[in-house]
Amino acid sequence: MATKGKDVQSPLPDPQAQTESTAALLRELVAHLRQNRTQLREEWARRITRAQLLTAMTEEEIFAEATSVYDNYVEALETGTFEALQAYARNLSERIIPRGVETHEVVGIVLLLRDVLARSLFGKYHEDFDKLNRILDAYEPAANRIANTVAVGFVQERERIIRQQQEAIRELSTPVLQVRERLLILPIIGVIDPQRARQLTEQLLRAIRTNRAKVVVIDITGVAAMDSNVANHLVQTVEASRLLGATVIVTGLSPEIAQTLVTIGVDLSEMATVGDLQGGIEEAERLLGYKVVPLEELTPKA
Amino acid sequence: MEVPILKQGHYLIASIQSALTDADLSQLREALIERVGRFRARGVIVDVTALDVMDSFAVRTLRDIAHMARLRGAETVIVGIQPEVAFAMVQLGLTLKGVSTALDLEEGLAFLNVQTQLRIDRGPGRLDRG
Repeated sequence: MATKGKDVQSPLPDPQAQTESTAALLRELVAHLRQNRTQLREEWARRITRAQLLTAMTEEEIFAEATSVYDNYVEALETGTFEALQAYARNLSERIIPRGVETHEVVGIVLLLRDVLARSLFGKYHEDFDKLNRILDAYEPAANRIANTVAVGFVQERERIIRQQQEAIRELSTPVLQVRERLLILPIIGVIDPQRARQLTEQLLRAIRTNRAKVVVIDITGVAAMDSNVANHLVQTVEASRLLGATVIVTGLSPEIAQTLVTIGVDLSEMATVGDLQGGIEEAERLLGYKVVPLEELTPKA
Repeated sequence: MEVPILKQGHYLIASIQSALTDADLSQLREALIERVGRFRARGVIVDVTALDVMDSFAVRTLRDIAHMARLRGAETVIVGIQPEVAFAMVQLGLTLKGVSTALDLEEGLAFLNVQTQLRIDRGPGRLDRG
């Protein structure tokens, strides 16, 4: 490949030579950044505080993080590899996300560092405009890539945490419980999205089969809001259960939900609804032929 | 494949054993409706446990069987719909409205016993009052 590349006469400047000069410029740049490390780092930390970024952290913490970011930044400029920086960004995100640091703050501080360093380059080379141009040509793509890497690392970490939490919630939130022979209750808590609705229905249908349930009480006291989609999912669940021979009683519709459903015109006439879970279980017991009486009524009178 | 129809007391039991073509379904419908009269059946049970797919024609035929049998004086109950089939049916909007369903054959028999008993209990009472 290499020999073939040399055979072809290109009118453009030799890319090899160009990379070499870029590398040389970056080396010069890195030397400059190393030399002025203390001063630039302080300037950066000052500007972070002034811009009121990372307010969740103390000044000492900001300075400590700024130092490591700075060193990683210079190292990425020097080596041209981003793995170390990526790993650091992930690690940093892991530490600061639980403290409530926002995406705009992370992007903000990296961009601030870019600006601080660019300013210092202006200061150093302002007499040699040509050199300044070439230095900036070498610096800008690398700096942008670094900013990108850190921001993407942060967002990815955030998304990973969100996904993890979603899974945890999903696993926790759909128990199907048997309270009596052939009577199941399904308390729903939280937000119902299409995926969860599907999972709920599948789980309920399987439970109806394995427990040979005749009556199911679905309690939605813990559902904060309901739109027509969710209502339709609920109707579908009720109908699917009926196909398996189980009657469904829905309990715990809050006043807000009742109003919403009537206002948006969802047809719930097929659904048996009872005010609260207790009423629902009592109704289910009636359907199953149970009667709950206090013990003293059962003991024969002497 | 023809679906065997068994007579059990006052009830007819049709147990579907494999996937049916549209022609088989129509044949089942005709055979059941004819036999409701011949055996003076009070109830019909269609067992679909073996079906893992239910298309719109099958659902319509089951519904028709239920409505026709009711006109001939027999109550119909569909038993053994698989959870996956139930879910798919509901998503497709095939909900068997107005047709009774039960978990399995045993439940279906229990359901019919209650239904027919109710009718026997209630029937004369109403006439007496009138």
